[in-house]
Amino acid sequence: MLILECPYCGVKAEETELSPGYEAHLKRFGPGSSDTEFEDYMFARKNPKGVHFERWRHVYGCGKWFLAARCTATLEVFGTYPAQSAEPPADLQAKIKAKRPDWKGYK
Amino acid sequence: MSEVSALNHAKFDGFASIREIGPLGMITLRAKPDLPGLAEAIRAAVGTEVPATRRIVTNGDKAAGWMSPDEYLLILPYGETGAALAAIAAALKGQHYLAETVSDARAVFRIEGAKADQVLAKLSPVDFARLEPNELRRTRAAQVAAAFWKDEAGYTLVCFRSVASYMMGLLTHSAQNGSELV
Repeated sequence: MLILECPYCGVKAEETELSPGYEAHLKRFGPGSSDTEFEDYMFARKNPKGVHFERWRHVYGCGKWFLAARCTATLEVFGTYPAQSAEPPADLQAKIKAKRPDWKGYK
Repeated sequence: MSEVSALNHAKFDGFASIREIGPLGMITLRAKPDLPGLAEAIRAAVGTEVPATRRIVTNGDKAAGWMSPDEYLLILPYGETGAALAAIAAALKGQHYLAETVSDARAVFRIEGAKADQVLAKLSPVDFARLEPNELRRTRAAQVAAAFWKDEAGYTLVCFRSVASYMMGLLTHSAQNGSELV
């Protein structure tokens, strides 16, 4: 069972209070992009064993979207941060790097 | 507009007492917390401060609760919502906000008794030992969205009116005599 702290209301929300939004930090390729770019944007997902960045929505709470970094193998949660973040906060990235030296970065 | 409460004041007495109360006046106010005039609008409508994150501030039979970073729930007597909306409109004239009466979209329950928290603890993923005073907790009760807060005598729970009978069923079942938690 995942417990993620919502960065907006501070509730330590258990998984059933949340709604998953799947992979975070996707760059959208819309009209005008090539077929390959659009296909990648639409279908290609990382699905790593290890560090993963995800979107979650505090659907039964404050209703806000937020982002979370967790490990898909151990379910360890590294941290959560607001959805208005173009990339994971530097301190969170440093924390993950310290715990998972092999981690190649969020991109 | 209906002045009949959702379940006609249904009640149940188990190890805690469940009452469907209402109708209760409710206004949903959506506005960013830094909106000029917000404090005046809430004061004019229900006479309280702007609630802090996840808190509810009460003033007699009125209250203001924090629902999300840009949403407040104003609670007041059923018949006073029109005047409160007018007061909000005056205080927030020209600002970007939304205020609407939602009294008839909601059902309200009271759960009272020494073990009232156990009734809700069976239904919601909430650590009741860490529920703070005047905390307005939005969560789920079994399969539906709910919000509740605690006072000296028990809990007030708000949910959608469309699921009022489901909620009454949940609370009734949860409060059955002999089903207390240790």
